Amino acid sequence: MTAIDPTLRTTKTTCPYCGVGCGVLATPDGSGGAAIAGDPEHPANFGRLCSKGSALGETVGLEGRLLHPMIRCKGTLERVAWSDALDHVAHRMQHIVARDGADAVAFYLSGQLLTEDYYVANKLMKGFIGTANVDTNSRLCMASSVAGHRRAFGADTVPGCYEDLDQADLLVLVGSNAAWCHPILFQRMRRNKEERGARIIVIDPRRTDTASDIDLFLGVKPGTDTALFSGLFVHLADSGALDKDYIEKNTSGFDAALARARSIAGSVTATALATGLSEQDVATFFQMFRDTARTVTLYSQGVNQSAQGTDKVNAILNCHLATGRMGKLGASPFSLTGQPNAMGGREVGGLANQLAAHMMFSPPEVDRVRRFWKAPRIATHEGLKAVQMFEAINRGEIKALWVMGTNPAVSLPDADVVREAMKKLELFVVSENVLSNDTVDAGVHVLLPALAWGEKSGTVTNSERRISRQRSFLPAPGEARPDWWIMGEVAKRLGFGDGFNYKSAAEIFREHAALSAFENDGNRDFDIGALQDVSDDAYDALVPLQWPAREGQAPGDRFFAKGGFFTPDGKGRFIAPEVPALKSETTASRPLRLNTGRIRDQWHTMTRTGLSQRLGAHLPEPFVEIHPDDASKYGVTDDSFARVTTDYGQCILKVVVSDRAQRGTLFVPIHWSEMNTSHGRVGALVQSFNDPFSGQPESKATPVSIAPYEYVFRGFVLSRKQLALPAHLWWSRVTVSGGFGYLFADNADLSRWPAWLDPIAGEDFAEYRDFGGGVYRAASFVGDRIDTCLFVGPAHDAGDWEVVKSMFAADVVSDEQRRLLLSGKSTEGVASTGPVVCACFGVGRATICDTIAAGAKTAAEIGAKLKAGTNCGSCIPELKRLIAQTDVAAAKEANFAGAAS
Amino acid sequence: MSEPLVIVGNGMAAARLVDELAKTALGRYAVAVIGDEPRLAYNRVLLSSVLAGETGSHEIELRPQDWWRDRGVTVRYGYRATEIDVGRRELKIAGEESMEYSKLVLATGSNALRLNVPGNDLAGVHTFRDTRDVDLLLTLAAAKKRVVVVGGGLLGLEAAYGLAKAGAPVTLVHLMDRLMERQLDGPAAELLKTLVERKGINILLNASTTRILGDGHVEAVELADGSRLEADAVIFAAGIRPNVTLAQEAGLAVNRGIVVNDVMQTSSPDIFALGECAEHRGICYGLVEPAYEQGRVLARHLAGRPAAYQGSVVATNLKVSGVSVFSAGDFIGGDGSESLVLSDIRRGTYKKLVIADGRLTGAVLIGDTVDALWYLELIRAGEKIAAIRTDMMFGRSLALPPKAA
Repeated sequence: MTAIDPTLRTTKTTCPYCGVGCGVLATPDGSGGAAIAGDPEHPANFGRLCSKGSALGETVGLEGRLLHPMIRCKGTLERVAWSDALDHVAHRMQHIVARDGADAVAFYLSGQLLTEDYYVANKLMKGFIGTANVDTNSRLCMASSVAGHRRAFGADTVPGCYEDLDQADLLVLVGSNAAWCHPILFQRMRRNKEERGARIIVIDPRRTDTASDIDLFLGVKPGTDTALFSGLFVHLADSGALDKDYIEKNTSGFDAALARARSIAGSVTATALATGLSEQDVATFFQMFRDTARTVTLYSQGVNQSAQGTDKVNAILNCHLATGRMGKLGASPFSLTGQPNAMGGREVGGLANQLAAHMMFSPPEVDRVRRFWKAPRIATHEGLKAVQMFEAINRGEIKALWVMGTNPAVSLPDADVVREAMKKLELFVVSENVLSNDTVDAGVHVLLPALAWGEKSGTVTNSERRISRQRSFLPAPGEARPDWWIMGEVAKRLGFGDGFNYKSAAEIFREHAALSAFENDGNRDFDIGALQDVSDDAYDALVPLQWPAREGQAPGDRFFAKGGFFTPDGKGRFIAPEVPALKSETTASRPLRLNTGRIRDQWHTMTRTGLSQRLGAHLPEPFVEIHPDDASKYGVTDDSFARVTTDYGQCILKVVVSDRAQRGTLFVPIHWSEMNTSHGRVGALVQSFNDPFSGQPESKATPVSIAPYEYVFRGFVLSRKQLALPAHLWWSRVTVSGGFGYLFADNADLSRWPAWLDPIAGEDFAEYRDFGGGVYRAASFVGDRIDTCLFVGPAHDAGDWEVVKSMFAADVVSDEQRRLLLSGKSTEGVASTGPVVCACFGVGRATICDTIAAGAKTAAEIGAKLKAGTNCGSCIPELKRLIAQTDVAAAKEANFAGAAS
Repeated sequence: MSEPLVIVGNGMAAARLVDELAKTALGRYAVAVIGDEPRLAYNRVLLSSVLAGETGSHEIELRPQDWWRDRGVTVRYGYRATEIDVGRRELKIAGEESMEYSKLVLATGSNALRLNVPGNDLAGVHTFRDTRDVDLLLTLAAAKKRVVVVGGGLLGLEAAYGLAKAGAPVTLVHLMDRLMERQLDGPAAELLKTLVERKGINILLNASTTRILGDGHVEAVELADGSRLEADAVIFAAGIRPNVTLAQEAGLAVNRGIVVNDVMQTSSPDIFALGECAEHRGICYGLVEPAYEQGRVLARHLAGRPAAYQGSVVATNLKVSGVSVFSAGDFIGGDGSESLVLSDIRRGTYKKLVIADGRLTGAVLIGDTVDALWYLELIRAGEKIAAIRTDMMFGRSLALPPKAA
C-alpha cells in the first residue's frame, strides 16, 4: 500500500458521484479539508462541476468515520487489531466454506469501489473461494442495460461517447432525469441545443427538471416504453426510414422483432393507446426520430429499473439498429450509468452473471480465466444476483456475507426483509467509511475501515468507457486501508497468498489489463492490453483514456458503426420484446404506482452528501410528490404529511403537490435512511419483482396507497452536534452551516420538550413558552453563538427555518438579534428604538439620541418633542446624561476636525 | 373674588392638581398649598436616584418658585396642618393663623411604617421617605456603615440600591419568599434578585425580623431563625400607611385611607382627597400614576365640568435598582388563564403575558420593557388578541409591522 504525504499541491482526481466521471482538482487545505474545482483538461467535464461535485470539500471530514477495525463481542462492537479482524474473517469464512460449500459465501459490492478493488474481490471469490456469489449495487442501477447490450451486441458495450451528445441533432432522453442525475452531461446537451439547435425529447412519467424548456415531453404511463419504441420501430419500417444496407450486412433477427413490434404497437393510434400519450405527440416523436439521422437515445434508471428493463433496452436498440444509428458521430444509443465506477465493475466482471473481463461462464471462457489466474477452484456457473442473494440469505442458504461500500439495508427493494435477513448471517462483514449506517446497524459482526474518496487511489470508468485515475490527496486516517489490501490480507490467510501478493493498485491494474488482452485477439470488446505493462510512474500519470486500448492498435472511440458485433456470427441482434406489462396490478386498496428516484443534491444514502450543508439546503426532508387531482382525491395537501403504504412497508413523508407528477403515480426520493430520518426509508416499500435477464428490480412501479397523516406540532432543532431526538417523532436530519438541523413533526404533549432539552442545553439559556398557543422555543448559547435551539409550534407556525438557520450559522448573535431570536421571524425592517429610557411613554434610547442629535439640548426640549421625562420624570437624569454624552462626542469630533485642518 | 382652595400636602399629587387647575379653572380659585416638608414639591420617585448619586438633590424639584407664583399659588412649606374645622371651613396650622377655605383638598400622602419589633426606636433605625431621610442615609453610606434594609418591595430595593451605590455594604431582608411580591411573579422576582445581587446587594428572603439589638444604638438585627446580622444602621422600608390623621380627627369617613367617591370627594362635600392618602372603591394606590389621574379628574370637577375617576389599572413601570420593571393587571395568572413566558437570564430579560378569554389581562416584564405601554394599552382596551398572539411577545414592531404604503 502507498503511504501518501499530502502536500498542499493540487491533485487531479475524479468525482465519486454519478457515471459522468468528471475530472476534479483537489487542493488539500492542510487541515483535513480540500478546495475543489473542476479539471479543465478532463474530457468528461472540461472544468465544470455540478452542485454535488462542487461540495465535495465539505464531505471529507472525519466526523462519524470508521477509523479502526471492530468486532462484535457480546453484542457490542469493540475495537480490535487489524490482524485479529482479518484472522477472524478468514477463519470464519474457511469454516463456513468447509462445512456448507463455497456457495454459502457471498460478496455484495458497490459501484463506489475502484476497479482494482473490484478486480481483487471478483478474483478472490470466483477464482479461489469458488463461487460467483459476487454481486453489486450496480445490479439496481444498470443491469438491464448490461443484459440488453449483451443480447443485441454480444457484449456489454456502450457504442457511443460524450462527443455524440455535442454533435447530435436530436437527443431523446428516456427514463432519465439527467438535469439532476447527470448534470454536467445535461449541460453539454443544453449547450448543443443552444449553439447547434439540437432538439431534446424527454420520455418520462414525471415532468422532471430535465423536461423544462425542451422540444417535446412524452409523459408515458409507467412501464410502456417498450410500446413506444415498438411503435417507433414499426413507423420506421413503414415509412421507409430503415437503413436496409446496415440491417442486411450487420444484423439478424429483424423480421421476428418487427413482427413482435407490430403486435405490440402497430400504429400511431395503438402506440398512443398503449402509452397514454396523445396521437399527435406520438406522431411528432416518430417523425422527429425518423427524420433526424444524428439521434442519440439516452436511457437510464427509468428504463433499467423494471421487471422488463432488458426488453425496454432492446426495444430502443432495435430502433437504432434499424436505422444504422450505431456508434456514429452524433448517432447512437447511450446508456447513462448511475455510479462512478459501475462501468469499471462491469469490466472486471463484478456481477454474478459475469466471470471476468467481459467473459462469461462458457467452458472455454472459464478455462481461459482459470489458467490466467492459476485459480484453484474457479466458479463454473453464474452466482446469485442481488435480490436473489438476499433471498438466499433470508432462507439461510448463504451464511457469510461481506458488504463493501454500500448500504443494502436502505437501497434494496423490500428493505425491511433484507435487514432482517442480514441478522440471520453467521458471518456478516462490512467494509465501510462510516461508523454507523442502516446496514452496519443491522447486526454486523466485523467492521473494517476502508479508505474513502480523497484517500484511495486507483481507476474508475465512466459512461463513455473512459478510464480515469482517482488519486489520493489526503492521508489515510486512523487505521483505514484500501479495499484491495483488506481482501488481499484475507486471501493470504485463506492460503491464496501467491495470487494476492499485491504491493500496489498499479500492480493490480496491470494484471487486470493483461487479463483483458489475454487470448483476446479482437474477440472481446473490453481490451486494455496497451496498459498491461504500464509502469508505476506511468500509472500515476495516467491521463483519461477510452477503451478499447488494444496493444499495438490505435484506440477506437466508437463501436459498431460498421457492424463488428461480439456475437458468434458478428451480427447485431434485433430482439423481440415481451408485451409490456407491469409485474404487479394496482387494486382498490393500492390504487397508485410508487416511482422512486434521485434528487439533485443528494447521492445514494447520503452518507457523504449528507455531510454538506450546501447540499442539504435544497430539499431537506423526504417527500412524496403527487398530482393535484390525486391530492384532492386522497385528501392530502401540499406541505402536510401523508402515510404512503405498499404491501411491503410504509413511510410517512412530506407532501409536495405538483402537476409535474403524473396522475396515478407517486414519486419518493431514495436517499433517506434511518440514519437521517424516522419514516422515510423508501426501500422498505419497493417490491422485489425483477427482470428475468438482468435481475434488476422493478423499483418504479410498486402499487401504493396514500392517506393524510396529521401532526399537531411541527418544529426544528439546530445543534452543533448530532442529537438523539425524543421517541415517536417524525424527523429528518440535515447538515447545516455550523452543525446539524432536525426538522420534525410531533403529536406528543409540548411538555416533553423542556425536559428533553434540559440535559442538552447549557447554562446560558433562553426560552419562550406559549403552551396554550402550542408554542415552545428555546435556545442555549456558548459565548455569542447559538449552541442549540429548538422551535416547536402548530403546523405552519413553528418559526422560520431559514431565518433561524442563518442566525445559527453566525459566529456572533448581537443582543438585538438575540432579543428577537425566539420570535422565529426575520427581524429585518423591524426598527429597534433601543432600551427604554422613559418607561412612562416607552421612549427608547435610540429615539432620544436621534432627537438630541437633531438639536434638543435640554431634558425639557426632549420632553416637548417625545414626551419623555414629562410624567414621573424618573428618566430625567438619564436624559441629561445622554445629552452630556452627545455633547462630549460632538465636541471630540469638532476637536478632531480642528486638529486635522 | 376667587374662592379659597387649600391643598394640604406639598407632594407630587398636589403639584399635578395645581397644574391641572391652572389649565381648567384658571382664576376661579385662590389656591394655597401647605406642606410640612421644608422645600418646594419634588419628585419623590427620584429620591433613590439622589441617594445613588445619580441626581443632585436640587435637581428633583418639580417646579421652580416662579411656576407657582405665575399661577397665583400661595405655597407655604415647612408648616404642619393640625386640624380641620369642618363647620367653620377652617384649617388650623401649627404656630400660625388658621386658613379659611371654600374647598379643601387633602394630599397628605403616606408615612413609612416602622416594624413593631423590640429595638425599633434605637438610634440608627431610620425610614426612607423624604429628602431628610436621604441626607441621613448619604451620611451613613459615606461612612461605609453596614446597613440592613428591612423590606423587599420597591422602596426597600431602591433604598438598598442607593445605599450600595453610595458605598455602603447593604443587606436586604424580606419577609416573603420573593421580592416585590405584589408586583412580580416568582420567576420575575427571582431574576430581579439575581440582577440586584449583581450590584453587590446581599438579599435574604423568608427573613422575618424579630428584633433590633443594641445598647442605645443599633448593633445587629435578629431574625426569626435566630441568626444575627451585624449592622450600624437599619432602614425600615416595609410598607407605607396612608396619612389619614387629619381626616380622621375631623370626622371624615376613613378606612385604610380617606374614603372618596368618583370625583375624589370625601364624606364632607367640600373636602376632597387624592393620592396615596385617598381610598377609592376600596383601593389605596401607592403609585404616582393614579394620583395624576385623580388630579385630572378632581381639577375638572372643581372647574364644574363632568368628570369621574373609574379607578386605575395599576401598572408598575419603572427602574428598580437600575433594572427596568413593568407589571400590570393580573400578572400571576390563575385558573382559566394562560401564560406566555419569555426568559433569557443572561440578557436579564423575563417577560410574561397573561391571557384570559382571549384577551391580555396582565403582564410582567423585567429587563426588556420596550413594549410595556403597548401591553398596558392592550390590557386596558380588553380586545381579543388572537391575531397578534404569535408575535406579541416580541413587541409591537414585530406583531404590528407598519403597513407598506
